[in-house]
Order: sequence, then structure tokens, then C-alpha cells
Amino acid sequence: MRFSIYRYDPDVDAKPYLRDYDIALEPTDRMLLDALVRIKAEDDTFSFRRSCREGVCGSDAMNINGKNGLACITRLIELREPVVIRPLPGLPVIRDLVVDMSQFFKQYHSVKPYLVNDTQPPEKERLQSPEDREELDGLYECILCACCSASCPSFWWNPDKFVGPAGLLQAYRFIADTRDQATNDRLDNLEDPYRLFRCHSIMNCVDVCPKGLNPTRAIGKIKELLVKRSV
Amino acid sequence: MALARREFDAVVVGAGGSGMRAALELAEANLRVAVLSKVFPTRSHTVAAQGGVAASLGNVAEDNWHWHMYDTVKGSDYLGDQDAIEFMCRTAPEVVYELEHFGMPFDRTPDGRIYQRPFGGHMQNYGRNPVERACAAADRTGHAMLHTLYQRNVRAGTQFFVEWIALDLLRDAEGEVLGVVAMEIETGEVLIFQAHATLLATGGAGRIFASSTNAFINTGDGLGMVARAGLPLQDMEFFQFHPTGVYGAGVLITEGVRGEGGFLLNKNGERFMERYAPTAKDLASRDVVSRAMATEIKEGRGAGKDADHILLKLDHLGAEVIHKRLPGIRDIAIKFSNVDPVKDPIPVVPTAHYMMGGIPTNYHGQVVVPDGRGGDQVVRGLYAAGECACVSVHGANRLGCNSLLDLLVFGRAAGRRVISDLREEPHKPLPSDAADRPLARLARLETQKAGESVAEVSAEMRRVMQTHCGVFRFPDSLAEGVKKILTVAERAQRTGIQDKSKVFNTARVEALEVDNLIEVALATMISAEARKESRGAHDRSDYPKRDDANWMKHTLWYKEGNRLAYKPVKAKPLTVEPFEPKTRVY
Repeated sequence: MRFSIYRYDPDVDAKPYLRDYDIALEPTDRMLLDALVRIKAEDDTFSFRRSCREGVCGSDAMNINGKNGLACITRLIELREPVVIRPLPGLPVIRDLVVDMSQFFKQYHSVKPYLVNDTQPPEKERLQSPEDREELDGLYECILCACCSASCPSFWWNPDKFVGPAGLLQAYRFIADTRDQATNDRLDNLEDPYRLFRCHSIMNCVDVCPKGLNPTRAIGKIKELLVKRSV
Repeated sequence: MALARREFDAVVVGAGGSGMRAALELAEANLRVAVLSKVFPTRSHTVAAQGGVAASLGNVAEDNWHWHMYDTVKGSDYLGDQDAIEFMCRTAPEVVYELEHFGMPFDRTPDGRIYQRPFGGHMQNYGRNPVERACAAADRTGHAMLHTLYQRNVRAGTQFFVEWIALDLLRDAEGEVLGVVAMEIETGEVLIFQAHATLLATGGAGRIFASSTNAFINTGDGLGMVARAGLPLQDMEFFQFHPTGVYGAGVLITEGVRGEGGFLLNKNGERFMERYAPTAKDLASRDVVSRAMATEIKEGRGAGKDADHILLKLDHLGAEVIHKRLPGIRDIAIKFSNVDPVKDPIPVVPTAHYMMGGIPTNYHGQVVVPDGRGGDQVVRGLYAAGECACVSVHGANRLGCNSLLDLLVFGRAAGRRVISDLREEPHKPLPSDAADRPLARLARLETQKAGESVAEVSAEMRRVMQTHCGVFRFPDSLAEGVKKILTVAERAQRTGIQDKSKVFNTARVEALEVDNLIEVALATMISAEARKESRGAHDRSDYPKRDDANWMKHTLWYKEGNRLAYKPVKAKPLTVEPFEPKTRVY
């Protein structure tokens, strides 16, 4: 199978280039990650992140034939050849497919991604009805792979100012949690022409999310709450 | 080469469940703590745990920690230490409620409490009938827990060193551990992290096997470091094969599927577990179920054209239950076996999953070695928690959901012990040769000519372990396995890499990981060959029965000379009467 892979090692290369690989696959190679591991066994200078190989850790996000996704759950048979693989767009490249995710995590951290509840906890669990708990479905499953934010033009242009779909999804995850008491602070934190309102609902994030989550909907709900709060 | 040095009160190696639970304790006590992780914390392998965390909350049916303790002792095939098991089961509800207070999105019962489901080996009334003890967030409990712990650490301001790999321990002439030497993957920079306390939380080493549920990062780094520092590894022959790894892919399918009512079928459509475990059936403990499956396959009743797997049926649970309680495994089945479990059964096989053995510790998380008088002696400055540690609460076979519990209970306990052991004194001077070993390892990789391929050596190691140290073990095969793995270990000393870049050099990282994996593989094979009985996950054809008179003892493997020693099981709990060994029936 033919692959064309973005290569760049600042230690060695003057500039990035695409390198072609022709790889003989085994019948057990089902996912793109299997092929990448095979390529690395032949050329150990090829660097990429990977860990769980089942789509839960979020390490191996990359741009695959023009679309962001996780290599470990992308089926080889569904890929057009040559398979063009590049690092996630919009993030600085460290080497090959490895990108610098500092800005992405900085935005995630900026939404205070933790439960805030300053009341004395009960001896047992805080109660939450199954219906209230269901509000967290579609939110808490985010694996922070950055496929979404790295597909979002608003995040490409303003990664320092726009929280981006992943961060906003997590902001709403805590707003939606009946146990959390900081909704007002969270809304204050986002009421800003850049942090929230750079989202123009083009929905690239929804299109690429490997977990099938919908950041645009969560962003819409935050906007709704801001409107409600102001009237 | 003089290395730069940074000082901390404590350094935690690993940012999975136990490392982050410990780090939280330390950061909230305002200690100066550094947490080193090969990957961004939420990418640690705790994230892949599915089914739940065990605690006798009794939210769905009556339960108490005595029953949980009994099940754990029995599940361990009486190799677990009963002081540690009592401590874990007694503390379980507290640490689970605490996790809920941290924000963990547990599923809920109709009255708003934490949802619980049945799981293998969890029973009411000292083994009478299955009980709902697994506290779950759908089938993503590990994901929810790991993210919650990371979030809580963000709140506490914990200092993470992300994408750093620890290379070796620093020890002085008295044997006290003074920190670690570590390398930043992005830059290749090597640094000394000096600390009063070093807590290893590096997780498992499932990557010693060819077919494993484990992530690429599960390379036993803490165990390799400990072995090279001259300390023993305990009970390494006990490696759990999870009954339900996806056939051909190895990806885990949670026992929660069977907890929710799914069951296993052979090629005749027979629910064969009824023959092997009349009471618990598909919810017998994992060693029992894996052996039953392997027996069915061996005797020609496996499914598929090669009669080499078993079918996990769950369509009868209905689409609604599957969507609500098991959405993640439905995704996995569709992606990795082209099967929608709402309609068709999932092809599964027993798959290497969890290392019961590890770095010997007491139930405070302190690493211990034999004191020469039949007791334990603490290794000053060194702690371990989670899968890399052997407390031992899992003994010869771990119960499902006791691993996430282990992370919480012993992560917290180790953190607390670090705090109480902390001395207000300056850091000791480092011996001049303290960092020689890791620097020599790096220098060798830099200069090795005509080296062995890292990919080939590690593939050979995985093949040898898979062939000679699987679910069923045979004397000749084990003896041959020992010879072969010693040869692989020789080759592992001559690995070479083409990539000499300083920048994000993953070839170097993988070579360093093989140094660790091979120690784990040696320990596992050699300990297994020596244990002449069958107990828990260790099943030998020539000694098919458990032998309490001769073998109710822990194995200790030392790297030097591949020496083995043994130490007694702690059969006395902390406050209750001991559970005496008896025949295990489910």
C-alpha cells in the first residue's frame, strides 16, 4: 500500500517534505496505525505519537487524506491511495507527525475543567438523577485528541484567544453538571468576542470528532445561557 | 557528563490513576511534587478501563466489605496478603465517594446514587450469588476516572513533566533512593530529579505478549528500573488473561458485558460456562473463565472456520441497554470485528491483560525487601502503587474492578505515607556515579554499531512469551521458554537505532522501553518455570492442583543471576479473622 507522509526533523532537515513509502501489509493490519507501525519498523526515524490503539487515549490524531482523525480507528480499506498523512493542521510541528499541543491544552485549562462545589460533601455520594446525569452524555467522553480544534479555522487564526471546540465542549460539560456551582463564573469567563464568539458554527469539529461528539451544539447551549442571563 | 539537577520533595513517575491519585494528595499538602509521564496524563492506560471500580456501596443490592474481602481473597487463590486486602476493601467506599465528590460522572440509579453492576467473582454472602458491586460510568469508567483525577490535579496546581521518560533510579551506598534520572522526549535533555520520595506508578507491562489488551506505553518502565537497581520483582508468573479480548485485535471487551447479562457460547451455541461454574457461570473469576474458553477451543468446540475463538452474545440485552450501558464496546466491536453486537455475537479470545505481580510493597505503598529474618524491610525513599506494584491484593488472580480500586486506595495511601515520612532536611549529596547507569544506556544506543533491530527483538520477545507462557503452561515448553527468553535478553543488550536526532526521537524511547520489557519477560518466564503448582492464572499441566503446603508463598525474582527467593503470604488480616484456604468453586 502506498503512503505519502509528511516528514520534518528540525535537527536534520532544512524544510518539511513528503516521503513516499510502499509497504507490504499483513492480513492482520486493519487500521492505519498498523501500517504506520510497520513503516516505523523499517524506518525508525519516522516519529508519531500512539498509545492505546483503540481510540480512547487520543494520542494519534493526524490529518489523513485531508481530514483529521485517529490513525488507530481509521480502516485501511477505506483509504484512497496514496494515503497522504500530515500532522494536525494549525499546530506547530515538533517533528514529523508530532505537533506542539501547548496552546490546545492552555485553552482547555483556561475553562477551569474541574468540578467546583464548595459545599461540604455528604458522607456518601452527592445525589444526581439519571436524567441530570444524562446531560453529561456527549460531553464527558472527549479524549482531548484535538482533531476538532485543529480543523477549526477560528482556532487556526486565533489559537491564543479562541477557546476552540474541545475547550468549549468541556466548559459546557461542567456547566451542565448539576453538582457544579460555578455556572455564572464559567459564563463570565466565556463572555468575550474571541473566547466563545469566534465560533461561526461551520461544524468542522462535528464532522471530524472520532468519538461522534458535537461541540457546536454545546457551544450553542452556552450562547443560549448567555442570552438568557442577559434578559 | 555532569547533569543538571532539580530538587523536589517527591517525584511521581507515571500519571495514570494511581500516580495522579498520589500526586493529588501531595499537591494538596503543598509539597513540591514533580509528576513525570511519557504521555499527556489523560493518555495513560487507566483511560482504557471499561467496566467499573469495585466498592461495597450496596446501592443496588445488599453488600459489605467483608464479602468483598472474601471474594478478593478467594479470587487471589489465597496468594493475596490479607492485611492489604482488608485495607483495600474496607477503604473502597470512602475512595469511591471521594472520587464522586471530585466530579466523576458515574451513572446513576433511579434514586440518584452511584450505579452498580455485577462483575466476575463479586458475590453476596461469602460466595453465594452475584452482587452489583462495580461502580460504573457506562463502559468508560477508566476514562471518566482518569480525566476526573487529571482535572482535580489541574485544580490543585500539580506540576506535570509531560513526555518525560524516567530512565533509572538514583540510589546511594546505603540503598536509599534519592530520585530518578529522566529524559525529555521532545528535546532529548537528560535531567536528575532529586527527591526525598520517589513514587513509581508506571503501570503494567502487557506488551511482553504478542496478543494483549495493553497500550503501546505499557512497557513496565518502573519494573525495569527497580530490577536494574538490584531490587526484586514479586509474583511475576501471575499474568491475567482477560476472557474477552477481540479476536484478532486484542482490544478489550469489558466483563461488564457479562455483568449486564451477556454470555459466552461455543460453536454449538452452548452456554458452556454452566458446566465449569454452575453458580457464577459467566461471572466466575477471570482465570476460571479464560481456562474454560481455552479448553473449549482446545477440544474443538471453538467458533469460526478455524474453530479458534468463542462468541460473546449480548443482542438479547436489547438495543437500549447496549446503547446506554455499553456504547463503547459496541463501537469497538463494529470497528475491530465488523460486528454490531445489537445483532450478532462478538468473536473473543482470552488475551493478556493484567500483571498481578510487580514491585513488592506493603499496604502503605512503601517498597519492601526481605529483612533476612522472614519479615520485610522498607527501601527508604521508594514507593510504588498501582499495577506496577505488588501489595499483594490480587495474589494469583485479580478480580475485575479491583484494579481501578487498587489505584485509588493505594495511590492515596502511598501519597499519605510519603507525606508522613517526609523529613525537613536538605537533600543528601548524590554519589558521583549515581547517574552512570542511565548515561551508559544512552551512550550505548548512541554508538552501537550493527545493532539488533528494536522492532525485531521486541517481536521475538512477544512471540516467546505468547508461545511458552500463556493460559496453559507445560513443563517442557516453559523450560524451552526460559532458554529462548535468555537469548532474546542477550540480543536486547545489543539493540541499535538509526535515528540519532535529539528531537522527539521515538526510536530511542522504544529502545529504552525494550530494556524494561525484557526484565519483565525474564522475571515472568523464570518465575513461572519454577512454580511447581497450579494457582490462579498460573496453570501447569504437570502440577494441575494448588499446593498450599509447598507453594503458598510469594516469588521474588532478582535480575542478578536470575535468582529466585520466596517469602510467606501474609495470611493475617488487620482486624478480622483470616479466610482459610479452601477449594475454589464458582
